[in-house]
Amino acid sequence: MAFAATLRGRGLAAGLVALAALLALLCVASIAVGSRSIDFATVVSTLTGEGGGTDTETAVINDIRVPRTLLGLLVGAALGLAGTLLQGVTRNPLADPGIMGLSAGASAFVVLGVALLDIRQLTAYVWLAFAGTAAAAVLVYAIASMGRDGPTPVKLALAGAAVAAGMWSLTTGVVMSDLDALNEMRFWQVGSLAGRNFPVLEQVAPFILVGVALALACGRSLNALALGDESARALGQRVTLTRVGILAAVTILCGAATAACGPIVFLGLLVPHMARAICGPDYRWILPYSVVLAPIVLLAADVIGRFVMSPGELEVGVVLGVVGAPFFVALVRYRDLAEL
Amino acid sequence: MDEIRTSGARALALPRPAFAIARPRLRRAALVTGALGAVTAALFLATLSVGSAYIPLPDVLRSLSGVGSNPGLDFLVLDLQLPVALSAVLAGGAFGLAGAIFQRLLQNPLAAPDLIGISYGASAAAVFAILILNLTGLAISGAALIGALAGAGLIYALAWRGGISGYRLILIGIGVSQFLLGVVLYLTARAELHDAREAMHWLVGSAGRADWTEMYVLAGGLCLLVPVAWALMRSLRALELGDDAARALGARVETVRLGLIAVGVTLVALATAVAGPLSFVGLVAWPVARRLLGSGEGGVLAVSFVGAIIVLTADLISQQLLPVALPTGVVTGAVGAPYLLWLLATMNRGGIRG
Repeated sequence: MAFAATLRGRGLAAGLVALAALLALLCVASIAVGSRSIDFATVVSTLTGEGGGTDTETAVINDIRVPRTLLGLLVGAALGLAGTLLQGVTRNPLADPGIMGLSAGASAFVVLGVALLDIRQLTAYVWLAFAGTAAAAVLVYAIASMGRDGPTPVKLALAGAAVAAGMWSLTTGVVMSDLDALNEMRFWQVGSLAGRNFPVLEQVAPFILVGVALALACGRSLNALALGDESARALGQRVTLTRVGILAAVTILCGAATAACGPIVFLGLLVPHMARAICGPDYRWILPYSVVLAPIVLLAADVIGRFVMSPGELEVGVVLGVVGAPFFVALVRYRDLAEL
Repeated sequence: MDEIRTSGARALALPRPAFAIARPRLRRAALVTGALGAVTAALFLATLSVGSAYIPLPDVLRSLSGVGSNPGLDFLVLDLQLPVALSAVLAGGAFGLAGAIFQRLLQNPLAAPDLIGISYGASAAAVFAILILNLTGLAISGAALIGALAGAGLIYALAWRGGISGYRLILIGIGVSQFLLGVVLYLTARAELHDAREAMHWLVGSAGRADWTEMYVLAGGLCLLVPVAWALMRSLRALELGDDAARALGARVETVRLGLIAVGVTLVALATAVAGPLSFVGLVAWPVARRLLGSGEGGVLAVSFVGAIIVLTADLISQQLLPVALPTGVVTGAVGAPYLLWLLATMNRGGIRG
């Protein structure tokens, strides 16, 4: 990847197109591969609407694999962007939705819903997780705003860690005293694309699309914030307003993604580092690269998960940890990634 | 400049000629450390006296000293409550000190042992031991100890590239911990529900389950490592100026760094074997201690006391105040969070470095 650091302008645009092509290939693979083997010609003819497969095959493709792939695209883009925005706004390369307490907030609300309100459907988890993420984000921001100089990056990071720990305490407290909740939680907690059909997709898609649009508009502001608050102010940025806007975008993205698939946290940490390794410190490039890279990683992990344990499958959260982590370690080892 | 007007105590932190600040600072550090030690001792005695049954303080002291005690009370105090109180103090102290070491060494307030992946080695090993090997008791602690050391060794080896840089170490630590977390999630999602609950119980961490062997090892480790940590932390001041400046001042940068990492990792490994990965103690103890001390120096004892106080308080709350007795680790987060909030609320510009 050493050559990549020298790419600029036109090279970066070409790289983005190449990655988008790779993503398209992965989408096809994600629709074609699964526990039921369907030959490729049937897949293509079903997708183009000509039919040709048996009823079961058509149903598998249209009702299971297509929504799953679309969800992977959306959730991937959302988590990648959320991680990038968080790292930019806290100026901390460790920040991600997991460490900042957002996923923990979602988990806490879901587990409370299971234990207190006896909720058991995925579509209801969506709103619980959304509310939990929003609550955690508001809490983090409010806590970080206390004191004389407002929400500085360090205070945001510390407040995030505090909220994460508090929410985690709540979750484990409930789980340790309610066996039912533990049983629901240990499956939801892993993070998976499986079993999510069109209703879930329709619930979260509008939020994610709005969030992506908001996030992509933040490039210039993030570049200014990266110089430090004083310099950003001198460049005409309204620092506090920008920060609130960015955190709102993060909440929408991360809330919707966690709502749909459970807390897939590692993606938000990994993708910004990959993007930064390719295109350097300019957020106007990092953000679009995150949008494309994150679904590539997520869909690849999901396809791998369907392969390795066939006919069963491995949840995408587990694959991301077990396959993604060594990749992340290699990335960190062979490049210096601390520039923020 | 407005710091001058705020309070006498804060004014001590202002740059003045060295001879003028040395003594008040030392006096404040000694006072704070002494006060923290007293609070720790008080909470320790409280834990002994209000455990499973209330025992008046004089009887507790009698049992502890062995003079004129009665066997029934001795059993309650020495066999039931003393292990809980001791493991809370020892594990809390070790987590607190380890957190201080990593946060100062890596100059990042998020560099707590549970965030940079050292605890996950222990967690993955313990969950594997519980769910796959069906081990119990001391064997789980042994597995956790080995797992923590192996995980930390792996992180260090992967992060080494002609030296150790702070961010690289943290990032690789997080990468390794995500790998191990994947393993933990996989194992717990596929285990029998009852076993999953037991694994979860271990993962939360608790003061009340250690046996004496593990505690002797941790106590020995602390006696050995606290002085080493104290000596190495003195050189850390030079390191915080940057590697080149530190070398110019005569510090042996890599030796100090490796030494501190080894001390921190050993403390975490031993403490995790005793109490499980109590979350948050390592993260919160150092910011609190630093705030109380008023300066970023010294504080090896003070930060250990803060860690011990957090775990003792959490244990008292989890055993006495909650309607259902929960493992200590559930409460450390809830106790730690307000500390951190208070810290954030009172933080001044430049109070904590990022």
